[in-house]
Amino acid sequence: MTADLLRLDGVGVRLGGRQILRDVSFTIPSGQFTGLIGPNGAGKTTLLRVILGLQPVTSGSVLLDGAPRPARDSSIGYVPQKLVIEPDMPLRVRDVVSLGIDGNKFGIRLPSRARRELVSDMLTAVGAHRYASARVGELSGGEQQRVMIAHALISKPRLLLLDEPLANLDISSEQGIVSVLARLARAEGVAVLLSAHDMNPLMPVMDHIVYVAGGRVAVGRTDEVVQPEVLSRLYGQHVDVIRVHGRILVVASAEGAGDAEAGARDASVVG
Amino acid sequence: MIVGHLLRYVFEPGFFGSGPVHVAFAVGTVIAITSAVVGVFTVTRGQSFAGHALGDIATTGGSGAFLIGINQFWGYLAFGMGAAAFMEMIGVQRRRGRDVATGVVLGAALGLAALFLYLGTQQSSTTGASFTILFGSLFAITPSTVPALITSALLALATVVVLARVLLLSSLSPDIAAARGVPVRAVGVAFLMALAVSVALSAMIIGAVLSTALLIGPAATALRVAKGPVRAAATAAGIGVAAVWLGIVLAYDSFYWPPAGRGWPVSFFVVTLVVGGYLVTYLRRGERRQAAPESADAGADTEQACSPA
Repeated sequence: MTADLLRLDGVGVRLGGRQILRDVSFTIPSGQFTGLIGPNGAGKTTLLRVILGLQPVTSGSVLLDGAPRPARDSSIGYVPQKLVIEPDMPLRVRDVVSLGIDGNKFGIRLPSRARRELVSDMLTAVGAHRYASARVGELSGGEQQRVMIAHALISKPRLLLLDEPLANLDISSEQGIVSVLARLARAEGVAVLLSAHDMNPLMPVMDHIVYVAGGRVAVGRTDEVVQPEVLSRLYGQHVDVIRVHGRILVVASAEGAGDAEAGARDASVVG
Repeated sequence: MIVGHLLRYVFEPGFFGSGPVHVAFAVGTVIAITSAVVGVFTVTRGQSFAGHALGDIATTGGSGAFLIGINQFWGYLAFGMGAAAFMEMIGVQRRRGRDVATGVVLGAALGLAALFLYLGTQQSSTTGASFTILFGSLFAITPSTVPALITSALLALATVVVLARVLLLSSLSPDIAAARGVPVRAVGVAFLMALAVSVALSAMIIGAVLSTALLIGPAATALRVAKGPVRAAATAAGIGVAAVWLGIVLAYDSFYWPPAGRGWPVSFFVVTLVVGGYLVTYLRRGERRQAAPESADAGADTEQACSPA
């Protein structure tokens, strides 16, 4: 039994008088792939920001290796949601990855061969070496995601957080990103926590699921969590779990507006 | 022989022996480099507007300094840095804060500048002062302020060089920077101060109203032609220095142009050269787009594919 890398205990977050998260508790063992699944607005981004220490909690605790995470360390890699990179930003792909090593440090650094090789190996590992010298702002969404994953992994974190990295990607880029992540997580022993509103692309690689709805979570193996009883309790209304051709649809009853939206997207994927 | 004639034609007699020309070259070069490098980060951070606002407010400081009889640089500097601190407080980075700042603060600042200049020129009947404060004069720099100008420029440049990596990371994503322990807000304040200093310096040579041209122009041009951060900064510095040097030469020559006996302002030449440089890259880029209408990006990619292999 490996020790838990990350432990959340009774985490609650209130923002502007609204309870965003309540009593969230789960653990992530090292080297596992965990999906953070839930409809838009469920609190996934807030939860990731709590783990990063960007969002203060109103109750509960977040422990990394049994202790609060010190600032300015590289134990957690982070790929934020919807990064908007202007095409005139003077950063080539390899500059972005290089900033992953020591972009948080002051002073100047001289270029070195060892560093160039480290960057180029990382780019090869995520399949982004072809456009190493292109401006990052000129790449497609899928290409940018690969670059940001390389940026996050090059500092050898033990936990990698990704916020909706599959949003707005076409199906083949989606699959490419998922398989790169799964491969690197296994090879480097990095635990991955990835948020998504659609769990289907993650089914082949996901070890555990943290399902968020209405600020609460249900946690466990995918087949344990994705059950009508569990999700209905979480959503606070009746929810059906439909399995079609190996795909899972979570469909709310007619009046559940937000959930019906998530269901509708899934349904369109199947069609 | 022909070269000699040509040189004499370009560099009017007395050019190299003139004290003000020496000062103009020395100060102009250092300030052009600082402005250009600070400018690259200003454009990258999307703070060109803040740079412009600081220029407007510096105008007030410069004219106030003129009114109380001290060198306008101290006015530019004090008001610029004060305004930078104020902008940070009200959050001028945010779009809403920006609109309010434009309508209220900048209008008030320029109104005050008008009052100060009016009172100042009434008092001392030197109408040239208004022109110097608004549009600068590289040939009218008091030699005693030169050490202060160069020291300020080097300090602003050093600040930005030391912060370079965290500024780039914060531009890429403030959240990533914060998660990696970068004090994003403090870094932002330090940068805004460096920006205020370089605007004040730029105001000295091309005037408070035009100061943004030397800050943003070379940087914007460099960002069109150079891909990486180091090369962009170096290119911007080169463009800025070239514009200032050529501007000095042309302004000196213009003494013999019509209306004879009254040289044209350096600021006019510097700003025109900077804008000209930008237009050249703009048109060149446009031409390339036309040549390959849909695959500008794909073309760049295949080009890259060959180089690392």
